[in-house]
Amino acid sequence: MTYLPKPKFRHPSIEKNALGLTHRDYEGSISTLCAGCGHDSISSAIMHACFELDLPPHRIAKLSGIGCSSKTPTYFLGNAHGFNSVHGRMPSVLTGANLANKDLIYLGVSGDGDSASIGFGQFAHSIRRGVNMVYIVANNGVYGLTKGQFSATSDKGAKLKKGAVNTDDAIDLVTMAIHLGATFVARSFSGDKKQLVPLIKAAIDHKGPAFIDCISPCVAFNNHDGSTKSFDYVRAHNEAVNALDFITERAPITADYDPGQTQQVKLHDGTSILLRKMNADYDIHDRVAAINYLMKHDVAGEIPTGLVYLEDEPGDMHDRLNTVDRPLNELSDADLVPGSAALAKINASLR
Amino acid sequence: MAIESVNDFVVRFANVNGSGSASANLLFARAVMRMGVPVATRNIFPSNIQGLPTWFEVRVCEQGWLGARGGADLVVAMNPQTWDKDVASIEYGGYLFYDCSRPIPASKFREDLTVIGVPLTEICNREYNDARQRQLMKNIMGLGALSAVLDMDVSVIEALLSEQFKGKQKLIDANLKALAIGRDWALANLQCPIGLRVKQADGVGDRIYVEGNAAASLGAVYGGATVCAWYPLTPSTSLAEGFTSYCKRLRGDAETGKNKYAIVQCEDELASIGVVIGAGWNGARAFTATSGPGISLMQEFLGLAYFAEIPAVLFNVQRGGPSTGMPTRTQQSDVLACAYASHGDTKHVLLFPRDPGEAFEFGALAFDLADRLQTPVFVMLDLEIGMNSHLTKPFAWDDDRKLDRGKVMSKADLDSSRDFGRYLDVDGDGIPFRTYPGTHPSRGSFFTRGTTRDAYARYTEEGGPYVENMQRLLRKFETAKSYVPAPLIDSAGAAARFGVLHYGSTAAPMDEAIDMLRKQGMQVDVMRVRGFPFAHAVDDFIASHEKVFVVEQNRDAQLRTLLMTEIGASPDKLVSVLHYDGSPVTARYIARAIADLVARAETPAKEGALS
Ligand SMILES: Cc1ncc(C[n+]2csc(CCOP(=O)(O)OP(=O)(O)O)c2C)c(N)n1
Ligand code: SF4
Ligand SMILES: [Mg+2]
Repeated sequence: MTYLPKPKFRHPSIEKNALGLTHRDYEGSISTLCAGCGHDSISSAIMHACFELDLPPHRIAKLSGIGCSSKTPTYFLGNAHGFNSVHGRMPSVLTGANLANKDLIYLGVSGDGDSASIGFGQFAHSIRRGVNMVYIVANNGVYGLTKGQFSATSDKGAKLKKGAVNTDDAIDLVTMAIHLGATFVARSFSGDKKQLVPLIKAAIDHKGPAFIDCISPCVAFNNHDGSTKSFDYVRAHNEAVNALDFITERAPITADYDPGQTQQVKLHDGTSILLRKMNADYDIHDRVAAINYLMKHDVAGEIPTGLVYLEDEPGDMHDRLNTVDRPLNELSDADLVPGSAALAKINASLR
Repeated sequence: MAIESVNDFVVRFANVNGSGSASANLLFARAVMRMGVPVATRNIFPSNIQGLPTWFEVRVCEQGWLGARGGADLVVAMNPQTWDKDVASIEYGGYLFYDCSRPIPASKFREDLTVIGVPLTEICNREYNDARQRQLMKNIMGLGALSAVLDMDVSVIEALLSEQFKGKQKLIDANLKALAIGRDWALANLQCPIGLRVKQADGVGDRIYVEGNAAASLGAVYGGATVCAWYPLTPSTSLAEGFTSYCKRLRGDAETGKNKYAIVQCEDELASIGVVIGAGWNGARAFTATSGPGISLMQEFLGLAYFAEIPAVLFNVQRGGPSTGMPTRTQQSDVLACAYASHGDTKHVLLFPRDPGEAFEFGALAFDLADRLQTPVFVMLDLEIGMNSHLTKPFAWDDDRKLDRGKVMSKADLDSSRDFGRYLDVDGDGIPFRTYPGTHPSRGSFFTRGTTRDAYARYTEEGGPYVENMQRLLRKFETAKSYVPAPLIDSAGAAARFGVLHYGSTAAPMDEAIDMLRKQGMQVDVMRVRGFPFAHAVDDFIASHEKVFVVEQNRDAQLRTLLMTEIGASPDKLVSVLHYDGSPVTARYIARAIADLVARAETPAKEGALS
């Protein structure tokens, strides 16, 4: 890994969004990841998405576990609070943070080791609990930070740089997420900004557990021949189910897509997703079909990308818990402390 | 000679778990209390749900000693399975109350006992057709008979039944009828009363009778907790359940019907503490309730919370360990596991309540301390406090009290250009300022991590800032000494050579033990430690005594270890009195041990001469 400072992400710095902020206002500190690491492209896509959505950076909370991927929240949105928790446990910390203040946007960034190995349980339970979050796994099929061991998403038969072959079955987090009740599920590729940015935008806008598995090649340990998470391999095996643009009231509906079969999906708050379907039969609202489709393509050695599953009006953990509209961390003493009169009644009932 | 005693005896009910006897037993205890006589009650139960033996012990004690006494003067033997053991457990000259519907061979009794046989099953079978009814009413009928032999005021029991089933007249009538049948049968067929009697007294006052876990959970409500994350684990489960039911009553929004709280039953204790830490980081008051095995699972996270300085409250209802140990018995054996929880150099704040009253008080206080000190705070309950109802001072709350949110910089603070460094010690007390996420568009954000950073939360791997930060954490811990509840001293008056140090649930038997010792002419000073880190008064107390007996309910003298390592107390001075078989320590045990140790200390040491 190199610790040489790299130039900040290239962008037209004069461009301003509706808040009057420039791309620069969405940056963090300089990345210390390896030059060419897929994770940096994901950071860049997150910054773009937030800029384009006109989000005030400080209203986002960035949480992660441990790993190269989990380091990235330092490298974007410097004015947002961040929390690098412990390995595999970002989901529980994010759940707690979300319980405390439902008004912030929660962005969980994790790795395949962090989420599919040590943190598989917390990944599963945070999703089935309906936490309103954007959960991005930067999936490189290895443990980058500990120098290239297989992770639980490494494909069976995949080869490590030094020749070791993975003999265990891989976990597909996308299939799992659909199964567990995620209401927005997508797969993308760190090298495909055109696909990734709108996906992140739509995921942020989605109220409920939004999961994005983002294949993100590790140039240091998993970008060689025999790897199934290398740039070349993914480009060759990518099977896009759809391409999309995320449309707010402000953005014109004319996305720069090639003509094809398009479908506009209205979201709960008036925004919408414009899908250009690659596969005419693919219905993003059909959970069973989605799992079927994923498994079929997995057998064929293809990697479906795009928005795989969407539930329109999902609701979240707070709805299930019926919490008050005001964030719990803003409740006053008067809201929280029942006082001495209530206590006197309780005392009386205990005699 | 049969035992004769008014308002001072122990009744042990031997039951079959799941037979519905619990409510009748509780009714008995509450009736005695309503007659103004203090009681101390304990559940003794195995780690099973149904069918296995359980015992409910009621110590009737006008003098007000609330610790376990040991032994039983009267056994209500309802469980054939434990008959032999139960009969053997009765004090010489005691009483045996049993269901004589089926004959029991004479060899199964003891000559010295007064036997009270009531054909409960027979009467029930005659009176009721339904099997469940027979079972439930048998318990109430037994209570009726017992009230007659102990000369109790039956109107008190009648009033309690009417309160319990308020609004359900049919149930009240059925219960009153069963009560009367049992009582009338006893009055007509037995010699009433026996040598043990309950007489109206004035020893209860305004005290309440409540379980420690319920009290602690109510403390959490008053302490402003809004997030509870937990995973079921005996004996802590009823704490989270208590919080749930108190919140339902006290924390609903009248207008919208929505909740001013969030309770999450997690997938494990790792997730529980993760949720608590996430919520604490984001400015909500959050807690978990668990026991030793859960604390073990939380270790890595606790190190993070200590190092990243995140408020968290943990209620640890201790049980017999290690491992599954004695899951339904009491111990104080997690003191070290909590004080030093996690890897690396860590120390945590502990509070030691003595009973439900303090469980409420410390339960609320813990949230102020966690916010003030920005660190995990452990409320160290145990099964004895948590899962038994105790007589305790009524809960009190000062309506002028404000929740102390600690050092948090607001948007206005940040706008005023006050320097913000997340780990900057501006006040010299080791406690830095923090900001909640989302406070300010361009100031006050920082990155929270378990990795080394400088005073401005910037990542660094330099040794200097690391050491500086670790030293500041020590300063903060020093500050904590003045925030945790101060130790309480019960002084013998004249300068005593010996001191006794104890904490938590040992307090109740200790009160009685000290009374016994003082009556024997032995002068000892007593200190009850209520918090860790130890206040300076603890050092002074040890320094001013020749020997200090440290009484604990664990094998390894854990508090003694803490005293030695944390305040450098001399091992020669600290003499352990340990009790750890899972039953609560008794006054007799403590008094005998201390008397013995004092006697030994007073005879000149011979070791030197021998060697
Ligand atoms: C409890 C614990 N065990 C092991 C580690 C060591 N560790 C750090 S990161 C990591 C794997 C990270 O893999 P992944 O989540 O895929 O992130 P990547 O570096 O590949 O982006 C491991 C095993 C740790 N930090 N904590
Ligand atoms: S994931 Fe791989 S390429 Fe990226 S920083 Fe880590 S080791 Fe380097
Ligand atoms: Mg990885």
